[in-house]
Amino acid sequence: MLSHASLPHAGGRMGRGGILPLCEVVAMIWLDVLVQGILLGGLYALFAAGLSLVFGIMRLVNLAHGDLIVFAAFLILVTVNLLGLNPFLSALIAAPVMFALGWALQRFVLNRVVGKDILPPLLITFGLSVALQNGMLEVFSADSQRIRAGALESASINLGVVTIGTLPLLTFGSAVLAIFILNRIFYTTAIGRAFRATSDDPVTASLMGINPRGVFAMATGLAMVIVTLAALYLGMRANFDPSIGPARLIYAFEAVIIGGLGSLWGTLAGGAIIGIAQTVGAQINPEWQILAGHLAFLAVLIIRPRGLFPRAVD
Amino acid sequence: MTPILETRGLTAAYGQFKALFGIDLAVSPGECVAIIGANGAGKTTLMRSITGVLRNDPGMVLHRGEPIGDLPADQVMQRGIAMVPEGRKLFPSLSVEENLLIGGQVRRGGGRWSLDTIYQLFPILKDRRHSPGTALSGGQQQMVAIGRALMSNPELLLCDEVSLGLAPVVIRDIYAALPAIREAGAAVVIVEQDIARALSVADRVYCLMEGRVTLHAPAAEISREAIHAAYFGEPT
Ligand SMILES: Nc1ncnc2c1ncn2[C@@H]1O[C@H](COP(=O)(O)OP(=O)(O)O)[C@@H](O)[C@H]1O
Ligand SMILES: [Mg+2]
Repeated sequence: MLSHASLPHAGGRMGRGGILPLCEVVAMIWLDVLVQGILLGGLYALFAAGLSLVFGIMRLVNLAHGDLIVFAAFLILVTVNLLGLNPFLSALIAAPVMFALGWALQRFVLNRVVGKDILPPLLITFGLSVALQNGMLEVFSADSQRIRAGALESASINLGVVTIGTLPLLTFGSAVLAIFILNRIFYTTAIGRAFRATSDDPVTASLMGINPRGVFAMATGLAMVIVTLAALYLGMRANFDPSIGPARLIYAFEAVIIGGLGSLWGTLAGGAIIGIAQTVGAQINPEWQILAGHLAFLAVLIIRPRGLFPRAVD
Repeated sequence: MTPILETRGLTAAYGQFKALFGIDLAVSPGECVAIIGANGAGKTTLMRSITGVLRNDPGMVLHRGEPIGDLPADQVMQRGIAMVPEGRKLFPSLSVEENLLIGGQVRRGGGRWSLDTIYQLFPILKDRRHSPGTALSGGQQQMVAIGRALMSNPELLLCDEVSLGLAPVVIRDIYAALPAIREAGAAVVIVEQDIARALSVADRVYCLMEGRVTLHAPAAEISREAIHAAYFGEPT
């Protein structure tokens, strides 16, 4: 019965009555769950791509990543409210601001602590995380906020078999595009070449005339552009407040690690796996949504401790 | 004529451990200078100090008379001092061609060297240009490391033990590139443990022992005994 149900075909929906439609309804529910899960994974991949990029280049884990996403969401929100622009245009304005902040954060703070010892950067970014949360609480209060996207919030596309929300589809498409572009930058441009060389060996890169600190600052700036994109979709999709950063960081971490450290496409796959696990879990019992994502993470770690597509050697 | 490179009383240390004790050295434009010395003499430390990987007092290293001892490595390189580091140090994530390109990415001094002319100098690299740099044999990797340094068309090329760990025929192939490199206008400093090889290609030789220059003479005038004494510190 299940094997039949998992092979729905267009004609079956009409013509036959009785029991069959029930099988098909079940199949379509699960297909729907799968699709929603993959699309949700796009959001997690956006949370994670910046983290993956920075880790891949300088082996630095930024514990404030989630809070920076929330900060960017507030930045977009303020721009929407002050200038009356739509969220996408506001994100376009927020992106260079976030790039500059990321660049400066790396240049003036994190560059002082990157190196062989991984503890100092963890402490600094943990401190930054706490400071950001408290700062945002002070300025924006603990109220939940939402970036209003008008008709887009409820728009959907009917594909016959499943109906998908326009916003989740746009999120996923943006994640794929962002990762595609990042990969192009990484593997086909001069700056990408400098990223890879510096990641391999910063001292030898400096003998090539490259300033590793400048490369690191560029990388963090670029990561903050992705963070802005993640913030845009996070803020339009759900309510946010200053305290939710660390939970986004966890999803991002899990996606990066499932995918394999330093692999951007792996990060997308990791996001999709967590997304699917969460929607499947929620389908079985709404309380299991979050737990199912974490369990999927643990399961992948047990089967493939280095993730699905590991790139980094250490 | 102002030397391209000069060190004056150059000292260097790793933490408490002093590795160089006042090195005085000069390289003129177009010259080929060899630096010899036993393992641990401080040759690589000297290269690190010149290239800015180790930072010093400004006046300890001079480029065309200007103090550069405190500049970081990337700025020293941009002045036209390129390095073939000990152990080759190719970038594993980059293909052979990308390794070459990155050598000329920041500085492309006008001069003979480009991808095409590097491939003429080392034809085997052209066939292997899409392989990862680290997939090549030791000799081919050394060619990539030399080509990578040449891509910036440096006025001074520093080579740290290019023959380390290579078979004699391979070493000969690599040294066969030296005349073309000098002809293109670069002054060359070669750090070498193979004394005969060093004497045969260099105009002048410095010998280092335990962080000091123990011998300095034109290559043509050096006796075996003098080298032996400078190398091992034994009276002859
Ligand atoms: N990174 C380092 N840290 C501490 N000591 C070092 C380091 N590199 C070299 N040394 C020491 O400095 C001295 C000179 O080394 P080096 O310059 O590598 O000599 P050479 O290149 O002539 O073999 C040696 O005693 C070596 O043990
Ligand atoms: Mg050495």
